[in-house]
Amino acid sequence: MQATLRATALAATLCLAAFGAQAVTLKISCGAVGLEFQLCKEESDAWAQKTGNEVQVINAPNDSNERLALYQQILGSGSDKIDIYQIDVVWPGLLASHLIDLKPFTKGAEKEHFPAIVANNTVGDKLVAMPWFTDAGLLFYRKDLLEKYKIAPPTTWDALGAAAKKIQDAERAAGNPKMWGFVWQGRAYEGLSCNATEWLASFGGGAVVEPSGKVSVNNANAIKALETAAGWVGTITPKAVLNYAEEDSRGVFQSGNAVFLRNWPYVWALAHKPDSQIAGKVGVMPLPAGADGSKGGRSAATLGGWQLSVSKYSKNQAVAADLVNYLVSAAVQKDRAIKASYNPTLPALYKDADVMKANPFMAELGSTFAAAVSRPSTVTAAQYNQVSNLFWNAAHDVISSKTKASKAVADLDKQLNKLAPADKWN
Amino acid sequence: MELRGLRSRQAWWLVLPTAAVLAAVAGWPLSRTIFFSLTDARLSSLATRQFVGLSNYLGDSGVLRDPEWWASVGNTLLFAGSSVLLETLLGLGIALLLNHPSRLRTALRAAVLVPWAIPTVVSAKMWTWMLHDQFGIINTALVASGLVSEPLAWTADPELSFVTIVLVDVWKTTPFMALLTLAALQMVPRDCYEAAEVDGVPPWRVFTHVTLPLILPALLVAMVFRGLDALRVFDVIYVMTSNSRATRSMSVYVREQLIDFQKIGHGSAAATLLFATIAVVTLAWLLATRSRMRETR
Repeated sequence: MQATLRATALAATLCLAAFGAQAVTLKISCGAVGLEFQLCKEESDAWAQKTGNEVQVINAPNDSNERLALYQQILGSGSDKIDIYQIDVVWPGLLASHLIDLKPFTKGAEKEHFPAIVANNTVGDKLVAMPWFTDAGLLFYRKDLLEKYKIAPPTTWDALGAAAKKIQDAERAAGNPKMWGFVWQGRAYEGLSCNATEWLASFGGGAVVEPSGKVSVNNANAIKALETAAGWVGTITPKAVLNYAEEDSRGVFQSGNAVFLRNWPYVWALAHKPDSQIAGKVGVMPLPAGADGSKGGRSAATLGGWQLSVSKYSKNQAVAADLVNYLVSAAVQKDRAIKASYNPTLPALYKDADVMKANPFMAELGSTFAAAVSRPSTVTAAQYNQVSNLFWNAAHDVISSKTKASKAVADLDKQLNKLAPADKWN
Repeated sequence: MELRGLRSRQAWWLVLPTAAVLAAVAGWPLSRTIFFSLTDARLSSLATRQFVGLSNYLGDSGVLRDPEWWASVGNTLLFAGSSVLLETLLGLGIALLLNHPSRLRTALRAAVLVPWAIPTVVSAKMWTWMLHDQFGIINTALVASGLVSEPLAWTADPELSFVTIVLVDVWKTTPFMALLTLAALQMVPRDCYEAAEVDGVPPWRVFTHVTLPLILPALLVAMVFRGLDALRVFDVIYVMTSNSRATRSMSVYVREQLIDFQKIGHGSAAATLLFATIAVVTLAWLLATRSRMRETR
């Protein structure tokens, strides 16, 4: 009896050992905004076939702050449940202690990516994540409607407001009661911080917390920026935007019920799919400026983008790093750019004819991507999430007309200074 | 005397397993939470905590000095009060209807339970879609019937979102109240009604003087259960409106501090206060209704 048991155990161990040597099962967590999930699965499967390993793709929440919460819980418990994490451009500082240094595995490949993103992903001297795609806020508009009403694409928020109102009213009178002028992301979440960062910067209202650590949000331009946005809600923007994330706002735009949409580049590929109701009718341009250059205003886009990193609790770090290298390689990034408009993080791909043909805006809006505004994640480091939460809640209070902009920024200023006495963030 | 001592000892032995399980699953986490609330622990570095006394409660940035905490306390109390009241009234009404013997009753009793059987996350998401301003069936119906001129932003409009959440909770939990009330109704002795009928008492007086007093103890207990549940509400709010300040409950605040901000110390202090609030409200309710419960027993 005992002998049989021992033999069985031995056989089982051998099986496991043999299996472990041959192939491993990796778990990668990918987002599911637009085509992200589908592509992530296809690409991982391609790698798995090539290497004989297995990859399970895990679907993460779409709201980035919820995804962060989930990751922090999993990583905080030291779990090896997920090997590879897709992380936001603002998280390297928050998560660095749980991630491995990828430098020994990349063979210097990071030098081919945008240096600014690589610097963002380097904490101390650890390269905690490899850039996968980059993002910047863009203004999508209905080319056909602007032409119909002979309106030029707006370069200031005032012009956008007027154009949106005019087209919305005319289209409603013409029989589409669902038409709205402008949709964006107004839910109390990280996406609102991205939107509001753009409003503030476009009016010359600063970056909430400046790179020096100084809290700058309590200024007249920031107040004006928030007031302008609050003025849209209920007039050119449906009130429901106060609970919209990326995909909700794209839903309204893509069903043909909005003139303007603020969103990330991924919308381009989806809007041009053959089954899209607005295929061929969409234009894209930089977001409008709030004030002219002499007053510090400009067209501003928030820098977004996603990276891939390997958990230090993973049991197969080398294999996981190999998958990361594959996913961020030029071939895969090119494929993703063509199929789904994910902006490559490799400058070389911006000279690639196929990529540019599929996404003409990537070349035209090169300056927008180059000059994108960063959220204050570097300076606030471990406290970024709290800073962003306070900021989006303040903005949400203003756009839902619960608080006056001047009071909201004054309160926010007080709360932020309390977090970082003497501008010192830890 | 000796026998009593023996029996009481025996009773202790019998209670012991339950007490041990309770201590393990409730006592230990609770005392750990209270312990953490006295430290400055962070989720990313639990081991390097320092004892900070009561500063998570009373300090400059302590929970009790945080206006957002008090806003979430207000939201929670308002939510608990309004949802439990509505659920009790509706549950009582449904129970009275179901209490009439009929062949339909068994089927209806099962049907009524459906909302209660659906996990809250699922039903909250389902309602979010039905209430969606662009694609939702409820707005489509309202606009088509001419009741509203343009779709309502149920979960976004700060004036509507709170009411919406209360209504979704009422939809979900009324069956619970209805069934408990129905059980109480079926315990009312038939002869009370027969006596009332013989005396020619009008139906409304039968309800207020016979039915209500007899089911009141059960109703009050059911309200305590619902109240406890409502005070720690999390899922329906988090699914429908995320961290929005307009609808943030105490539990949502606690989660935000613990997970989003990684502040285990501050979050544990808030969790402890949440526990204390629930304990105080429940005790107050039991004390206030004790005489009622005893009178009718």
